[in-house]
This record gives sequence, C-alpha cells and structure tokens, in this order.
Amino acid sequence: MLNKIYDWVDERLDITPIWRDIADHEVPEHVNPAHHFSAFIYCFGGLTFFVTVIQILSGMFLTMYYTPDIENAWKSVFYLQNDVAFGELVRGMHHWGASLVIVMMFLHTLRVFFTGSYKKPRELNWIVGVLIFGVMLGLGFTGYLLPWDMKALFATKVGIEIAASVPFIGEQIKILLAGDSTILGAQTLTRFFAIHVFFLPAALLGLLAAHFIMIRRQGISGPL
Amino acid sequence: MHRGKGMKFVGDSRIKASGKMSNTPKDYSEYPGKTEAFWPNFLLKEWMVGAVFLIGYLIVTLAHPSPLERQADPTDTMYIPIPDWYFLFMYQLLKYEFASGPYNVIGAIVIPGLAFMALMLVPFMDTTKERRPFKRPLPTGFMILSFLAIFYLTWESVENHDWEAAKVQGAIVDEVEYDETAEGYEIYQGSSCIGCHGDSFQGGLGLPLTNTGMTPEEIIEIAHDGRGTMPAGTWEGSEEDLQVLAEFIAELETK
Repeated sequence: MLNKIYDWVDERLDITPIWRDIADHEVPEHVNPAHHFSAFIYCFGGLTFFVTVIQILSGMFLTMYYTPDIENAWKSVFYLQNDVAFGELVRGMHHWGASLVIVMMFLHTLRVFFTGSYKKPRELNWIVGVLIFGVMLGLGFTGYLLPWDMKALFATKVGIEIAASVPFIGEQIKILLAGDSTILGAQTLTRFFAIHVFFLPAALLGLLAAHFIMIRRQGISGPL
Repeated sequence: MHRGKGMKFVGDSRIKASGKMSNTPKDYSEYPGKTEAFWPNFLLKEWMVGAVFLIGYLIVTLAHPSPLERQADPTDTMYIPIPDWYFLFMYQLLKYEFASGPYNVIGAIVIPGLAFMALMLVPFMDTTKERRPFKRPLPTGFMILSFLAIFYLTWESVENHDWEAAKVQGAIVDEVEYDETAEGYEIYQGSSCIGCHGDSFQGGLGLPLTNTGMTPEEIIEIAHDGRGTMPAGTWEGSEEDLQVLAEFIAELETK
C-alpha cells in the first residue's frame, strides 16, 4: 500500500533523488558511538537540533495562551504556569530548553573547533554556524522579556542600554528594539514578541537549512 | 581552475583528492562492515541517544519548575537586575573599571565584537591543513584561554550576586482576600497601623500582617508593647476596637 502511494507520487514528482539526498547515505565509523564510545562528541550537533525542534513545538503551544501586552503578559504566563493542564511542563521545557540549546551548541562548537572541522572546504559552514549561535543568543535575549516579570524588565533595560552604546547607530538600534528612545514598555514587549516568534525563527530556519545542505554536500569531516 | 562537477573527493570526508596531500584521511570504506546506512539504522541509534537525553531533560523540568517573579514594576528603582546565566560573563565584564563608565563601549561593544568576529574568522586565520588540536597549539591555546575567561567571569558574577536578596526582591506577593465591610477592616483603615503595615496588610516598614499564625491575644500584646523595630504604645484607639481588629488580623490568610 505504502509502496503504491510512493510509486504514484514518484511517477509524477520524481522524489527518489530528494529521498536519496536526505536519507540515503552511509555514516562513517568514526562518528558512530556504537563503534567508538568517544564518538559521542559527534552527537552534540544533532542534540542541538533536537532541542531546537522541542523549542519550536513548545513555543507554538505557549503562544496559544501567551498575550503580548503589558497588562496581560504576566497574568497569562501566571495562568499558564499554575492553572493550565501541563502548562507548567510545557513552559518548563521551553525554559530549560533555552539553556540546553546554548549548552549543546557550545559543546558542538568546541567539538568542531578542536577537531579542526572548520578547515577547507568547510569555512562557509563554520560561518553559518557562528551566525546560528548569534541568532540563538538573540532568541534567548528576546525571550527573556516575554514573561514580563521583574527580572525580565530590568535585564532587558540593561541589554537595551548596551545596544544603545554602539557607536554612531546605538540610538537607532535602541529605538528599533524598544520602540521608543526613553520608555521600555508596551511597544518593547510587542517588538520583542515579534522578533522572538517571527523574525529570528525565520532567520534560524534559513540558516539551519544552509547548515544541513552544506553538511550533506560536503560530508562529515574525516577521522583525525 | 577546477569547477563544478569535475571535483573528486576522498571518501565521505570529501577532502579534495590531489595525491600530494599528506594528511589524507582514510576512506571510510577501509573500515569494512563498520559504516552504516543513515536511514534507518544510524537514525535509530541517534534516537536512542536522544531518548536518554530527553529523559534527563524532563527530569530537570519536573524537578525545577521554571521561575516567574512578580509582575514587572518599572517604578521599583531598588531592583538589582541579572541577565540569564549565559550572558553573565558579559554582564560581569561591564563591572571592571577598564570596561565601564567612560570606557563602557570597550566592555559592551569592542571586546564582545572582537571575540565574535575572531570566532567567525577562525577558518581564515588557521589555514594549515593540520586538524589535530595538539599539532596546532595557537588556535587550541586561544580557545582554551577564551573558555577559561568565560568560565572565570561567569563564576565571579555568580559569586558576587546576592541570590538571597534576588529571591526576595522578585518574589510574588500573594494578595490576601478579606471582607472590606468588616468592622475590623474599618478600624484598621482609621488607625496608624496602616502607615507601616500597608493599606492591604502587605507590609512596608513593618512586616506583612497576613499569615501571622498568632492568636488575637498575642496580636494585642504586640500592639501595646511593640516588637523588634516596632515601638511600644503605638495603639491609640480603645481596647474594644483593638480586640475586634486583632481578631480580624488573626484570620488574614493568603490563598
């Protein structure tokens, strides 16, 4: 049955090459922890992606309750945390996942660095990886404000001041992020929400696609 | 120049084959029987690693509910801010003299900017073919130094932050439910207690009057004799009113 459906689609769209590109390749021994336990260091990148997927899924469920305005943001999070079934679990996964993704990404970066995997021909993929690191930090920074509690507001104040100290364009960056040159309030919250939920995830997905396409094209770096 | 489809690679590592290269890794076909199909064999093993990881992740999530402080209050100027832990090293950097005040731009922009650019341009600075970390001491040394610096700054930041005070300053204050038509409430509104204990018993200069766990008799005694920083003889009303008020306060409990 499944084969028949596959054949029916394949006859029209020629999907076999796509399948071959995504899934049909050999995995070398030196990255396989089943053969060398120390190869677990090659799992960090995959685990980073795993947590990223969990972040996207849990984030989608969080937006079903979250309200990005200064009157209701905190109340909606409080309600989600204390009254919604499994709300505490979903928010907890998003909260801890945010830290885990940084940890795993850091470990992945160290693995790539110390195995010299960024060397020719993989320079471009290293740059894309560093950009992903930056986007992830941006997601952490913008997401920190959203619960609109005390630590969120005051940490963001510090962060915005740091952005404002950029020479020449600092003031413009500040207004772009906060929506105002002096107030950190309703505008800031909606902007951070938009950046956290739309702008940065879009950038992240694009960069991840580039990251993975390049890995498939170049293969994983050889054994040391 | 070699363009496009004519490129030849060595094994799966896709190092370009030139014949001259001394560090050409072994083709993985030289490990017969040990390569594995990605789908489904290797992906299933990866999923097992993922499952173990997920269990740890869920245990952390269940053991430590994610924190939520009280609702943001921009008028609170006493609040000491703290960023999320992975920004602590940058936060700590801004506390040093050479990176704060008039030199703020050094700690806020120049040092982080240089570090980020350096990380990004690593492949163009370390261009030798050698990949083993101990055979290229400079990149390895710089990375270890950076790691130690980040670790040290984070450590210092955690050491210097008053976590007990942070817990108090952010704590959610439970609102207490009470009957605003009660006689005790009216007496409270008309008394001097409100100056220190707050208009809704939340405390201020004095302690909150909720969840005291005291009997009315004990409350009357404190109203007369004081306790701690509260002076004696602050009650100026009648004994009957104090009795009613003490009974009212003894029953104030948060949900």
